[in-house]
Amino acid sequence: MSQEPVIAIDRVNHYFGSGRLRKQILFDITAEIQPGEIVIMMGPSGSGKTTLLTLIGALRSTQEGSMRVLGQELNHADHGLLVPLRRNIGYIFQAHNLLNSLTARQNVQMSLELHSEVSEREARRLSEEMLEAVGLRDWAGYYPHELSGGQKQRVAIARALASHPKIVLADEPTAALDKQSGRDVVEIMQRLAKQRGSAILLVTHDNRILDVADRIIYMEDGRLSALETAPI
Amino acid sequence: MFAIPLAWLQLKREKVRLLVALAGIGFAVILMFIQFGFQDALFDSAVSLHRNIEGDIFLISPQSTALIAMEQFPQRRLYQSLGVSGVESVSPLYLGFATWRNPTNRKTRQILVIGFEPDNPIFNQTIVSNLAPIRLPDTVLFDRASREEFGPIGELFDQQKVVTTELSGRRVTVGGLFKLGASFGADGNLITSDINFLRLFGQRKIGQLDVGVIRLQPGADREQVLKRLEATLQESTKDVRVLSKEGFVEFERSYWASSTAIGFIFTLGAAIGFVVGTVIVYQILYTDVSDHLAEYATLKAMGYRNLYLLSVVFQEAFILAIMGYIPGLLFSTGLYNLTRNATSLPIYMTTQRSLMVFCLTVIMCMMSGAIAVRRVQDADPADIF
Ligand SMILES: Nc1ncnc2c1ncn2[C@@H]1O[C@H](COP(=O)(O)OP(=O)(O)O)[C@@H](O)[C@H]1O
Ligand SMILES: [Mg+2]
Repeated sequence: MSQEPVIAIDRVNHYFGSGRLRKQILFDITAEIQPGEIVIMMGPSGSGKTTLLTLIGALRSTQEGSMRVLGQELNHADHGLLVPLRRNIGYIFQAHNLLNSLTARQNVQMSLELHSEVSEREARRLSEEMLEAVGLRDWAGYYPHELSGGQKQRVAIARALASHPKIVLADEPTAALDKQSGRDVVEIMQRLAKQRGSAILLVTHDNRILDVADRIIYMEDGRLSALETAPI
Repeated sequence: MFAIPLAWLQLKREKVRLLVALAGIGFAVILMFIQFGFQDALFDSAVSLHRNIEGDIFLISPQSTALIAMEQFPQRRLYQSLGVSGVESVSPLYLGFATWRNPTNRKTRQILVIGFEPDNPIFNQTIVSNLAPIRLPDTVLFDRASREEFGPIGELFDQQKVVTTELSGRRVTVGGLFKLGASFGADGNLITSDINFLRLFGQRKIGQLDVGVIRLQPGADREQVLKRLEATLQESTKDVRVLSKEGFVEFERSYWASSTAIGFIFTLGAAIGFVVGTVIVYQILYTDVSDHLAEYATLKAMGYRNLYLLSVVFQEAFILAIMGYIPGLLFSTGLYNLTRNATSLPIYMTTQRSLMVFCLTVIMCMMSGAIAVRRVQDADPADIF
């Protein structure tokens, strides 16, 4: 298994709009992410970071170039294949995007329900375990509107990681949080990902959390301009 | 897939919206029950006399359109039918509306008078047990299931009181009771002898009948006799119409259903209930889906298929249908009881009708669901990052 990258991007271009309004957003993106690696992507707003994340996450179709995620080529892939692939990726959004009608535990469990091999009892137990791992054991029965911003984001992390995804994609997960809870959230994410061997691709503007990364990449004007080793 | 009943949890969360939806569906259910119930009651009551007459084949004038609008035909035709093989016996039947004066408050009202030969009755023992009184002149039997505007005749009679009143200007005595029931066409019924009937309706031409009742010999082939009667009477003379019992019932029913606006009005009323319900459920579901669009997009990003989200919307529609139907059914049953007591109309909550309205309710909700789910397609997982 050693060192087949979980994400292999080769000369990917992406355009929005059509006809005269067609505008290129991503230019010749090439990158690889190895299993278990934590990569932070930085770059100014509007540079195309989110767009790249949606391509990797099979939420948008790849138009040009090769995008291999977990060994699956996404360019020209059938929609029927994209949906199952999403189940092996954990997503953490800027907004927590929890389901408001469900308790914290049920929200986490929703990601396990997609895996038919997990029984309902097992799913319950795993969800409670996940919440314990993010420090919310006593909050399992609470609804999102009863939780603080940091707590909600921790539920979202529990949900993203519950099914042991090989890849976690996080788009500015700390943007809406204060300094301390932002730091907590990232540390929890790092710890869990390391335990489970999940690779993380994390978009952030937050300089204070760069130390969790194995590697930092920069996006500028749709080009992945530099790769460098993170300061330890 | 249903370990977490998302549909129910989402509905339950918005309590006010849920109540509005249920009130709307309940309203539609009640409206449909009222319309269908009254329509069936009208038709059932309109044909209860027809059903209760003991006879296999009926003769009426071709000009007759309903019991409330009968034309007469020569009674000769009825006796001619005795010559057709398979016919066992015949009874002449006279029908007409007369003015009854309520003996207690002196108010008058139209009542249906049914006249036949006491030796040759058209009803069986369960409806009228004793025909002896109507052999007396100017004596009638009173239908105790008539509307109460005719007066408390049943109670007075039970108290052994002699009830006499005025019927189309003649003094008549109530000689007994029977039970048939009011209909939309006739608020009450009287039975009397053919002789009394003709005395009452003195302007009638002699030898003219409203209905000829024909009974067949045991084992006679009804279809064959019907054909023979049609050939010998209907075809050759053209002054009678030959009907089977079902045909006679249908003759009356189709008058109310198609020759009056009644059937149309009731169907329209039910349709309005259905449409109102559909619109309300659609509104509720559409708002619900719109509110959850970001959540649905998140579920899609997590790897849930469109089908799952569609099923959530349809489950919501189905839950609404059930939860709106049950109170609607209970309320309508109460309403039927009230109506039955107030109007003597045979209006009952039948299994058939409750199933029909249930199916309509489910269809109503599912149709709304089918329009509202199109909104689910708008949930784009690429938009939520
Ligand atoms: N759905 C879309 N349609 C058209 N243009 C878009 C769409 N999404 C993003 N863009 C444009 O693409 C560029 C990159 O956006 P994005 O990937 O969100 O940047 P970042 O996440 O780095 O801030 C921006 O100029 C933005 O306006
Ligand atoms: Mg962005």
